[in-house]
Amino acid sequence: MEMTLNWYLTLSAVLFTMGTFGVLFRRNVIVILMSVELMLNAVNLTLVALSQAFGDPSGQILVFFVIAVAAAEAAVGLALVIAIFRGRMTIDVSKIKLFRY
Amino acid sequence: MQTQILVQLIILLPLAGAVLLGLGGLFIPAIRSRETLIGSIGTAMVVIPFICAVMLFIGFDGQASIVHLFTWMSAGDLTVEFDYRVDQLSLVMTLIITGVGGLIHLYSIGYMQGDPGFWRFFAYLNLFIFAMLNLVLGNNLVVLFLGWEGVGLCSYLLIGFWYTNRENSRAANKAFIMNRIGDFCFLLAMFMLYRELGSLSFDVLLSEGPGLDTGVVNTIVMLLFLGATGKSAQIPLYTWLPDAMAGPTPVSALIHAATMVTSGLYLLARLSPIVLAAEGIMVVIAIVGALTAIVAATIAITQNDIKKVLAYSTVSQLGYMFLAIGVGAFWVAIFHVMTHAFFKGCLFLGSGSVIHGMHGVEHELVHGSDHEGHNHTLDPQDMRTMGGLKRFMPATRMTFLISTLAIAGIPLLSGYFSKDEILFQAFSIMDQNTAAIFAWVVGIVTAFLTAVYMTRAYVLTFEGEPRWPHADTVTPHESPWSMTLPLWVLAALAAGAGFVGLPAVIKHGEWNLIHHFLGSSYGGPVAEAAVESHVSVATEWTLLILGGLIAVAGVGLAWRWYSKEGLAFDEKLKARFGGLYRLAEHKYYVDEVYDKVIVNPLIRSTTGFFAPFDKFVIDGIVNMVGFLTRATSFVFRYVQTGVVSTYATGIVIGVVLVIALMLFGL
Repeated sequence: MEMTLNWYLTLSAVLFTMGTFGVLFRRNVIVILMSVELMLNAVNLTLVALSQAFGDPSGQILVFFVIAVAAAEAAVGLALVIAIFRGRMTIDVSKIKLFRY
Repeated sequence: MQTQILVQLIILLPLAGAVLLGLGGLFIPAIRSRETLIGSIGTAMVVIPFICAVMLFIGFDGQASIVHLFTWMSAGDLTVEFDYRVDQLSLVMTLIITGVGGLIHLYSIGYMQGDPGFWRFFAYLNLFIFAMLNLVLGNNLVVLFLGWEGVGLCSYLLIGFWYTNRENSRAANKAFIMNRIGDFCFLLAMFMLYRELGSLSFDVLLSEGPGLDTGVVNTIVMLLFLGATGKSAQIPLYTWLPDAMAGPTPVSALIHAATMVTSGLYLLARLSPIVLAAEGIMVVIAIVGALTAIVAATIAITQNDIKKVLAYSTVSQLGYMFLAIGVGAFWVAIFHVMTHAFFKGCLFLGSGSVIHGMHGVEHELVHGSDHEGHNHTLDPQDMRTMGGLKRFMPATRMTFLISTLAIAGIPLLSGYFSKDEILFQAFSIMDQNTAAIFAWVVGIVTAFLTAVYMTRAYVLTFEGEPRWPHADTVTPHESPWSMTLPLWVLAALAAGAGFVGLPAVIKHGEWNLIHHFLGSSYGGPVAEAAVESHVSVATEWTLLILGGLIAVAGVGLAWRWYSKEGLAFDEKLKARFGGLYRLAEHKYYVDEVYDKVIVNPLIRSTTGFFAPFDKFVIDGIVNMVGFLTRATSFVFRYVQTGVVSTYATGIVIGVVLVIALMLFGL
């Protein structure tokens, strides 16, 4: 069976959906951050696959940027999580709700 | 090019002075007490423009020149340029404003000495000069109006300068509100001119304005005149000017005698071709002017406050000028504006010097340790407690005397030439204009009254014996040189300035320099009625001699009455004229009538109707808006759960919806 573009795209869609549901329904902030990472990599996969299919390297270049930004985001996000944890002794998002009515 | 720089200097230096002194005094309290510095800056910012104006005058070639600074606003068909116009009329006015203004600034250094608001005073004065110069130099009605409102504002600020006294701020409010009535009419006239001619620039107005329909021109000129009655204190809007004496005396001299109150006359003289086209309204102007002149003159005889006498005298003299405009003699009105600026400026400054001296007397009476009576209070402006000041204040007395004789119209002093020219112009058109007969007769009577009340003021103040308590030990002192120098300069001008307008009997008017300079028949900007005078030389001489005789008679009689009997003569007059005297003493009850007819009903209607309307309807709408916002947010605020997941769910649902729309197209 040949690996067509559709395979890559389907895998990407599955990964993205998993990431989305992770962000929406998990309560642990660290898991949410990991889910965000999953979503980003799903997109990366799409970019690389399409870049390969169309013979255009700009998609792959974009991926490098996404990876760099994702690294920065993970660093900042985890720092925030630590800060919140030190203050409130919890990283449950359903319990972190300062800005409410 | 040189004109451009000079005009910019003239306009901008007073503004720079106002900004510098105002902001400096406001933010750096340490310099507020540096009075010499503040006074010198303030004075220099007016004297340098005066020198520039003299240079402009010397280099003037008879052609009006326009100085373009920038375009102020441009909207649709309306373009307002910031242009200044240098011609004969604006030059004369600029010289008066900066010249007399500079002298009064110098005087103020001495007069305002020690006042905590010294810096504020000079900032306001400079701002006033800036506004006044905009008024007379602007090349369109909008710039003129900017100056018009500016001088009104400065007048308000300076009348209420000592604002801690409630009476003063009341007078300031009165002046401002009365002026608003006139300004509103002036605005309407501007709107009408724009509607008819599509422009507010003087070039267009003067060339096309006179050609409008008679009805339209009449309405416009009537509205302009009503605007002028506000600023120039004519019936029916004159009552603010006597109250305006609440301000410091240099303000009365500068704003309420020499410059601002003449701006209505300047306006009419500037638009003289249009005014000439409205013959019916000219009659109204002549009659109102004559009535104002005599009404104010009769009130002036009965007043005991030295500044009130001068205030009513100013109203009366302004009436003369309007009379001149009403009989078509615009250049004579400007001539009288000039001579009046000199002698009335000098009189007011002289009265300020007297008040300064009497203030010292009052101070000594209250705080002096060598007197038993420590509780003497003395109104330093009341002539009843003056008398005999000529021994103590020789310079003030001499200059006051010269100006008194000048305003009375004693031959060869300036007032004689300008006043007689007005009366002569009224006389010369008597055969075509019945209003002119009325104006002439009233003018003659007023001339006599003027001589009487001014001599009364002089004699009661300077002649006779001192009438204040402890007069043998407590004496006033002459004012410092910064106050007497302006007095001498103005007195010299009051004596000699009339020679620029020698009457027609001398070399057929060839030596009437101001007429040749301003009059349109000699290429000047001020229009003249096209009537040929049919008055013979013999009649002219007779009129001149008559005018001189009336002045001499007025001064002579009043001198005899008041130097012999003093205050007792007022009682005699009261007994003689009874009700008439009381009527004049109470200013014809005009203020009371205005209160009854306009002010009180207005107050009643506002408290009875508008206050509840404001409270329930206007405030009700505002409160309703607030209530509705609260009510809706009471429900919708529950959207804000504060939980990140909820918001993320919202975003995802939104993205899914948008993608669904894009894919399936609803």
